[in-house]
Amino acid sequence: MEIRQVGIIAGKEFWDRIRNRWVLAVALVFTVFALVIAYFGGAQQGTVGFRSIEFTIASLVSLVIYLIPLIALVLGFDAIVGERERGSLDLLLSMPITRFELLLGKYLGLAAALAFSTLAGFGLVAVVLSTQLSMNALFHYFGFMLSSVLLGMAFLSLAVMLSVFASDRTRASGLAIALWFFFVLVFDLLLLGALVVTGGQYGGEIFPYLLLLNPADVFRILNIFSLEEVRTLYGLATVFPGRLAEPWLLTLVMLAWIAAPLGIAAWRFRK
Amino acid sequence: MASTIPAPAESLVSVRGVRKHYGAVHAVDGVDLEVRPGELFGLIGHNGAGKTTLFKMMLGLIPLTAGEIQVAGARVGDGGFRAARRRIGYLPENVVLYDNLTGLETLQFFARLKAAPLNECPGMLEKVGLGPAAKRRVREYSKGMRQRLGFAQALLGRPQLLFLDEPTNGLDPEAIREFYAILRGLKQEGVTVILTSHILAEIQERVDRLAIMTAGRIRALGTVQALREEMSLPLWIEVRPGTGSLERVRALLAGLHVPQVEERGDELILRCPRSMKMTVLEALTASSVEVLDVHIREPSLEDVFFGFSDLEAGHGN
Repeated sequence: MEIRQVGIIAGKEFWDRIRNRWVLAVALVFTVFALVIAYFGGAQQGTVGFRSIEFTIASLVSLVIYLIPLIALVLGFDAIVGERERGSLDLLLSMPITRFELLLGKYLGLAAALAFSTLAGFGLVAVVLSTQLSMNALFHYFGFMLSSVLLGMAFLSLAVMLSVFASDRTRASGLAIALWFFFVLVFDLLLLGALVVTGGQYGGEIFPYLLLLNPADVFRILNIFSLEEVRTLYGLATVFPGRLAEPWLLTLVMLAWIAAPLGIAAWRFRK
Repeated sequence: MASTIPAPAESLVSVRGVRKHYGAVHAVDGVDLEVRPGELFGLIGHNGAGKTTLFKMMLGLIPLTAGEIQVAGARVGDGGFRAARRRIGYLPENVVLYDNLTGLETLQFFARLKAAPLNECPGMLEKVGLGPAAKRRVREYSKGMRQRLGFAQALLGRPQLLFLDEPTNGLDPEAIREFYAILRGLKQEGVTVILTSHILAEIQERVDRLAIMTAGRIRALGTVQALREEMSLPLWIEVRPGTGSLERVRALLAGLHVPQVEERGDELILRCPRSMKMTVLEALTASSVEVLDVHIREPSLEDVFFGFSDLEAGHGN
């Protein structure tokens, strides 16, 4: 593999997103949402203003879990199928570049754009709040930022995978939306439904493991379990065993969620 | 049957027994082809004849169903083919480039991928007449300008071999002339060019050899002259008799049993087999009838092409 070729493709994808202000727009969305949540998140409870980092992170997690998968899927769904449909893929592949290098370059460039806007958007909030945050709070907030990046990478990987499989852009966009519905809305309901139907008798033990099959859930657990106050808030602690809640283990699961779809995409795209 | 295919060492491109089947559709159905270094080689055929599929296989863009292709010393599909690709320029049919980049940025992107010097790019844009549009986005380019930019892209990195699929699509006559002038220059530098076209009149005076492709097969291969002879197509002789001599010339030709004689203005247009050419000319010069001018018109590539297509249709039925 020639890293240089991967870098050229990644560089083009990244700069394309900088130039068309995609990165700026997404970063602004994150900043505005995070600030609004930090200052007005407690309005329902009758308080306005920054309360605590735990509370802010818990609210942000709920937001990010909807927003980032959607943004990542929209960003990546036409990575390959778009080039194929426009007719520019043949020219690219006639260059001294392998199909894997092209795919990896596309992914890394888009991932860099998404990571950059995520870190810039939420990072700006950290700067604004920095005077009110302890070192410990900052540490948790950075953990939240990094896990948000990982969540984005995982869904981007899924997006790139379906952009390899889909025969045209329309289908790819439909699949992207379907994937979002499944992981963000349907998956938890299905698990919940299964628990209710079986009266909680079956599946209770494998339930935590099933949660690992959804990167959005992994992200939720990753953030919620790192915070005492939040853990009780969600009541998840009762169903999720502590030994699975190790941040390093959950991070590994997240990395697997990045690598696996990309690996399948590379396998499918090799010819 | 004795093989006339030269040894592989002589060829820059060697296609052997290549097939591409999509289910029951045989897009390319057993093609053998050798292109020699420095040659300007034309591949002609109707739409759907298999030209573009053959091109894509030569570039390693689609896998072969059967056969083997060697390009620039490397077997297509092998690990060594990447190095060969650096010496290849490709202009796809109806080239699509990135609308959001400027002409110069487009070339710089492809130059990086080909590891060609970036400072080559502005000059290349000048060469194809896009100098003034270098900083404009491709979005604003006309079809002809996009085609020129695609051509400039193919020339990056001083390729040894050029694959040009319908390169003059969308170009005006002036641009077509300029395009062939550039090709002549490249040929003098020893660059090998393979191009496809369906505008036969345009390439017939410009290629060294050509292959006629129909229904996934090469039906004829050789120089334009050789193909004309192989087809033994009738040629045209235009005779301009002196004033008042028209009837006498007509009588003379009738005596020679020329199959077709038409009167057009003050000229007689004869269509006769190649074998009759000398007989007619000798008869005209030997007779006392006044003849002001004689012009021999060879069958065009169009005639050759449609001759082969007709044969094909005849076999098919």
